[in-house]
Amino acid sequence: MIKYLLSAGDLTREQAIEILDIAEGMADVNDRDIKKLPTLRGKTVVNLFFEDSTRTRISFELAAKRLSADVINFSAKGSSVSKGESLKDTAQTLEAMGADAVVIRHPASGAANVLAHSNWINGAIVNAGDGTHEHPTQALLDAFTMRKRIHGSASKGKALEGLKVAIVGDVLHSRVARSNLLLLNTLGAEVHFVAPPTLLPANPSNWEAKLHYSLDETLQHEKPDVVMMLRVQAERMNASFFPSEREYARIWGFNADRLKTLKPGAFLMHPGPMNRGLEIDAVSADSPQSTVLEQVANGVSVRMAVLYSLLSGERAADV
Amino acid sequence: MSSRTVLSSDDIDRAVTRIAHEILEANTALQKSGTSNLVILGIPTRGVLLAERIAKVIARNEPGTDVSQLLGRLDITMYRDDLASNPTRAVTETLIPSQGIEDKVVVLVDDVLFSGRTIRAALDALNDFGRPRAVKLAVLVDRGHRELPIRADFVGKNLPTSREERIRVHLTESDSENSVVIES
Repeated sequence: MIKYLLSAGDLTREQAIEILDIAEGMADVNDRDIKKLPTLRGKTVVNLFFEDSTRTRISFELAAKRLSADVINFSAKGSSVSKGESLKDTAQTLEAMGADAVVIRHPASGAANVLAHSNWINGAIVNAGDGTHEHPTQALLDAFTMRKRIHGSASKGKALEGLKVAIVGDVLHSRVARSNLLLLNTLGAEVHFVAPPTLLPANPSNWEAKLHYSLDETLQHEKPDVVMMLRVQAERMNASFFPSEREYARIWGFNADRLKTLKPGAFLMHPGPMNRGLEIDAVSADSPQSTVLEQVANGVSVRMAVLYSLLSGERAADV
Repeated sequence: MSSRTVLSSDDIDRAVTRIAHEILEANTALQKSGTSNLVILGIPTRGVLLAERIAKVIARNEPGTDVSQLLGRLDITMYRDDLASNPTRAVTETLIPSQGIEDKVVVLVDDVLFSGRTIRAALDALNDFGRPRAVKLAVLVDRGHRELPIRADFVGKNLPTSREERIRVHLTESDSENSVVIES
């Protein structure tokens, strides 16, 4: 099995489905009274977070703890990084302390890749978001959530053939959009990006997705099975990408009126954290079509599956 | 490589039937009638099939048995002690009857008893679901070479083997025939 999860594009169809299937088993564990497995006893997982995060860090922490691994949380604030320590020195310090897996989030695109190919760390590496590049476990949990909504308890072994997914909003800054595009293509779904031209990459021609510039027209003509709203990443916006928040919310935000135009069985996703009133309004965020909380719950199961896949059998892979 | 069949289809049927009767007989010592205190859990993959067969025989002989409360399956992948040294194994579903295992007599069912490590993992897994009154073990074949202090309560056949030999259990539900074969 794999040792690094850096990009959703690294996974073959079989590997992706295997991880989702293992996550099904993990989801059963999360429903038990005793939500704990001894599987990764004695392993150490380091959450190396150079960027703020709530759900991803807690989700990884919970996932590692449910598998009995020891967890160390490292956030750049209040650590030696604020004294000017480099990524290399931080990584080697963790290696010297015996980390078996490093979960890294970093504001620079490619940080996880650097870590994986530098030989600073021998353990497994999971990319938990690098700049505007990728966030593979988010894509896996989104795929898991879609599969679960559509197939219910008969999800095992299934891909997402023919599913029409509209990803709406700040595609330019979104690592979630990139990872989802790669994984959804691998699993056979059809991806539509819907955004104002300013929030689409300059040259999207090599992306296997259809581009649309109007949310209402897309909802009307394409009738997507899944609508995934992206967070407007104000912290990464150093120029005016749209005139005003009110205008964005009116034209690109998901609201009660647009909720009514969804076809029966279609559902609404958001990776969180939500800017309520901007890209999604409260009515649709709290509607039965919204999978926001399911995504959070599934995140733990999927991350358990990822840690299990990376950390079990690692010695055999070395030999 | 040579192979010889040690249990035929009829032998397997007889062994399963005998094990089912032995389980019932042992149970009457604990409870006067009925099987409401029994839970039979198969260990994937072939233990699950054998458990189904055993439950069927029990249900036939003990009218009023609710098979959905009697039969389950227990995946032990995540409890193995060799996870770090073997390739990643897929996890399968665990199904515990809705009545739970608290204070029940749990019979674990597996096809071959060898080192005993699978059963150790199963005992650990059971621990996470509750505290059974007793845990018993039924296997189709006991081939010896135990590495842990574990023994079976119900055995289809004792087969002295050498470590180099392989035992293959074929069951019609998953393979094309019913047989137990030794390969060496």
